[in-house]
Amino acid sequence: MSSEKIDVRYVAKLARIALTDDEVERFGAQLGDLLEHVQALAELDVDAVPATAQVVESRNVQRVDAVRPTLDRETVLAQAPQRQGPFFRVPRIIAEAE
Amino acid sequence: MSETVSATAASITREVNAGRRSARDVTDAMLAHVDAVDDRVGAYLTRLHDLARAHADKVDARIAAGEKLPLAGVPLAVKDNMCLTGTRTTCASKILEHWVAPYTNTAVARMLEAGAIPIGKTNMDEFAMGSSCENSALGVTRNPYDLGCVPGGSSGGSAAAVAANQAAIGLGSDTGGSIREPAAFCNLVGFKPTYGRISRYGLIAFASSLDQIGPFTRTVEDTALAYDVMAGHDPMDSTSIDRAVESTADHLRTDLRGLKVGLVREFDTEGLGSDIHAVYKKAYADLEALGAEIVDVALPSAKYGLATYYLIAPAECSSNLARFDGVRYGLRVDANDVTAMYEATRSAGFGPEVKRRILIGTYALSSGYYDAYYVRAQKARTLIAKDFEKAFASCDLIACPAASSAAFPFNSKSDPYSMYLMDYYTIPMSLAGLPAISVPCGWVKVSAESAPMPMGLQLTSPIFTERMLLGAAHAYEQATKHAGLRGPAVGAA
Amino acid sequence: MQYEAVIGIECHVELKTKSKMFCGCPNEFGGEPNTQVCPVCLALPGALPVVNEVAITHMIRSGLAFDAEIPAFSKFDRKNYFYPDMPKDYQISQFDMPLTQGGVVKYWLEDGSIKECRLTRIHLEEDTGKSSHAGSGDGRIAGSTHSLVDFNRAGVPLMECVSEPDIRSAKEAVGYLESLKRTFVMLGVSDVKMEEGSLRCDANVSIRPIGQAEYGTKTEIKNMNSFRSVERAIESEIARQTEILESGGRIIQETRGWDEIHGTTHSMRSKEQAHDYRYFPDPDLVPMEVSRDLVEQIRGSQPEMPWKRFERYRGEYHFNVLQATQLLDDAALATYFDATVAASKNPQQSLNFVLGDLSRLANESNVAMQDSKVTPAGLAELIGLVEGKTINSKIAKDLLERMWQNGESPKAIVEREGLAQTSDTGAIEKFVDDVLAANPSVVAEYKAGKVTVAGFLVGQVMKASQGKANPGMVQDLVKKKLA
Repeated sequence: MSSEKIDVRYVAKLARIALTDDEVERFGAQLGDLLEHVQALAELDVDAVPATAQVVESRNVQRVDAVRPTLDRETVLAQAPQRQGPFFRVPRIIAEAE
Repeated sequence: MSETVSATAASITREVNAGRRSARDVTDAMLAHVDAVDDRVGAYLTRLHDLARAHADKVDARIAAGEKLPLAGVPLAVKDNMCLTGTRTTCASKILEHWVAPYTNTAVARMLEAGAIPIGKTNMDEFAMGSSCENSALGVTRNPYDLGCVPGGSSGGSAAAVAANQAAIGLGSDTGGSIREPAAFCNLVGFKPTYGRISRYGLIAFASSLDQIGPFTRTVEDTALAYDVMAGHDPMDSTSIDRAVESTADHLRTDLRGLKVGLVREFDTEGLGSDIHAVYKKAYADLEALGAEIVDVALPSAKYGLATYYLIAPAECSSNLARFDGVRYGLRVDANDVTAMYEATRSAGFGPEVKRRILIGTYALSSGYYDAYYVRAQKARTLIAKDFEKAFASCDLIACPAASSAAFPFNSKSDPYSMYLMDYYTIPMSLAGLPAISVPCGWVKVSAESAPMPMGLQLTSPIFTERMLLGAAHAYEQATKHAGLRGPAVGAA
Repeated sequence: MQYEAVIGIECHVELKTKSKMFCGCPNEFGGEPNTQVCPVCLALPGALPVVNEVAITHMIRSGLAFDAEIPAFSKFDRKNYFYPDMPKDYQISQFDMPLTQGGVVKYWLEDGSIKECRLTRIHLEEDTGKSSHAGSGDGRIAGSTHSLVDFNRAGVPLMECVSEPDIRSAKEAVGYLESLKRTFVMLGVSDVKMEEGSLRCDANVSIRPIGQAEYGTKTEIKNMNSFRSVERAIESEIARQTEILESGGRIIQETRGWDEIHGTTHSMRSKEQAHDYRYFPDPDLVPMEVSRDLVEQIRGSQPEMPWKRFERYRGEYHFNVLQATQLLDDAALATYFDATVAASKNPQQSLNFVLGDLSRLANESNVAMQDSKVTPAGLAELIGLVEGKTINSKIAKDLLERMWQNGESPKAIVEREGLAQTSDTGAIEKFVDDVLAANPSVVAEYKAGKVTVAGFLVGQVMKASQGKANPGMVQDLVKKKLA
């Protein structure tokens, strides 16, 4: 584990959160602090340890392929920040997906 | 105010089922009490007068038709991260401030079907991230035992509601201690069942592999009643466990004979101060006096719990909270293009703690850091779970503190990490998915002039042993009766 | 210098299921916007996914069709990136443990040769919703002022087939895609309708001097909406790259969009920011352990694969490439044909009817052959009557029309109406004598040397016999009498 400085602007870009310069500095320091504490994990010898993504041991939880009721469109669109007719409307999308 | 509002769920349901009181009567009294005290406590973000009365009338009709309901007329406070059709569900966040859920969380639905009455939706740390309720963007919740102190968090609103007799049962969610710590702070029983035992469908996710719903009550018996109603498989949640539930309410015990209780070598309480140390020494002695054999157990990896948790939970939350993007619902801050809209919306909609956790989680998953942080934390999680497995080879239960201190004054934890430390004793069980309960275990004075504040004893046990765990908690509660020593400063019946 | 192309294809195929991948909303194309949505596929707060079991068996079926490995353990991961038509702002996909790994796609070219392209993997994921871009005049994203989003498609099960770079030409690319399409339709795992977007593909294209082992710099081509456009786009891209290299330039690694109207690819470079998808195991879903029993059960119920049928049609039945391809391009047609052959033991006659009169009837009436009243067994019966010379081809044609109308057994009709061909010399001789007597001038013409008029006379005899006379015998007799 490295203790290099966290690139807050890059991370905020990935997370789609706009930060002011002040926030970049404050969060940078706080996240740096936290990462210091997290360094403790570096002491652990975990090479042979399996990773736990989940504590439940269930496998193959699946449902039957059957249609269930859908939501009413007006109920759904009533909560849209902006709608146009039957669609959700969003500002222009620049170029392709990330 | 009548003693109705301080009645336990067990006594209310008994009275209502017997036709001696109507659910409507219980509900009206409760709504009046809430209207009288909650301006000072701030437990509720939304009061549901009309819905509560409608449910009460429905319950009365069912009782009149001869039905018996496990929670007939029991006033229920619901943490505002659980969906309830037609009600505002905010997660105490600006980003969801006006969102109305079009569907209902499974646990809430089971409680209502069992006859519970939804009194309102309660305050919380925004998106359940915090240990004091101070991270709510929508309101301040005060500790009913000392209005100058926090109620704990993240489920602080439900804890405060039950502590101030504004509900008999409060629903909370616990990711790293968010039920157990506020229960300890508010003189309540707070229970986090085995991960997967209660459906998460309709619980707004913080960290999916850790989140678990559970009740706040004033007695272990009420906890057992609520648990028996909510527990069980839900086909809408893939992580919900399809395994028969052992009922608990009919297996509460009054002694601990034949049980081995482990005390964790690494959780020595001397460092918490002499008053707190004395409370826990007494508590452990009481367990022994009840017939338990006390054994020494080791959890050598537990000290890595915080570091592990503060990588895994933020990593999951960074992804879980991506959906709050201003497209389909919730807040939108307009901008010229969609990316700028996302950034402006999420910047305005999330508070600082949520942003911190999204950023650290995004970082921990990002290219080049994934193995060093996220995967390493997952492996540490394995070690912690293995520690518990080993410990439970020599004991049935483990006893330890529920929080590092009693409730503290507002604004007293300025740096994030000191707040994170509050969950030092609760996080390891969350990482291992274990059932864990906090039961009132005594009172401490933080300073000479302050009022005594409650402390909580945490008991934990292997997965799916809720029956034994609640039974033991009941024995301890009945033998010690710490909770009844003092009443709340606000909301007393 | 001579160059060769190196092409790999990534193909997204929507699976045919009743409901979506992780929720119970209908998986149907063409519904009114935002009507096939629920808390799960709209990513409402608190909603959770549950895996559709049929999508999993479709994946195993697809993998086995190409002899892929079906690992015993598989899981879902989250691929994190923001896009307005992706409700959760992450896509549930598979990163390092896909449901199928490896495998080989066999396909054929117009000359009948069988080619192979290795698969890297097929993994399962969910589709996004659809954005339509407004304000640019032409519906394109460039220059648009806003977009409108429909989430009906969000959460539809999608498999991504990733090939190794084994393809060497645009024609091979199309052959590969056609083979995927035939296979998936035959398996019933997808409708594969490119016009409805249920198959979408990207191609990675590079070129290198023939004989060189290392790959050249590749470009990724997007926006190809039909097999024809795949062919054109790859050809255009190969030509573009060749021109650059021949003039001493360098290929830039980039994404290029195919422009159907201008017939060229253009750079889609935006910010050249590296993708950082932050894959991690989805904690809302549990892992899958694919039992060997299930794999074997599915393996045992697989139909014969298109390339194997192709070899059979060519090798055993001696059909030409076009005929074999025509049959195999319509899975139902091939199945109908195989059933007919199984009953009739006569591949050539089966082919004639299936691609000929029966296809015509199906087209005219707009009823699919397999849904018509003519069953493969009925058709085989008809073929048997022709084969045994009980009826001639003219009557067979009429009978088929009647079978199409009412589904009657051809044998029953023949018996009831006495349609069996007659080979009774006496009876036929009588018809011949009558016709010759009635047409003295034609007989005279014949005798004057115009032998072609015999055909007219034969026709008259057939007509007089109501088509029942054995045509060979009629011919012989007419010639004999005129001699």
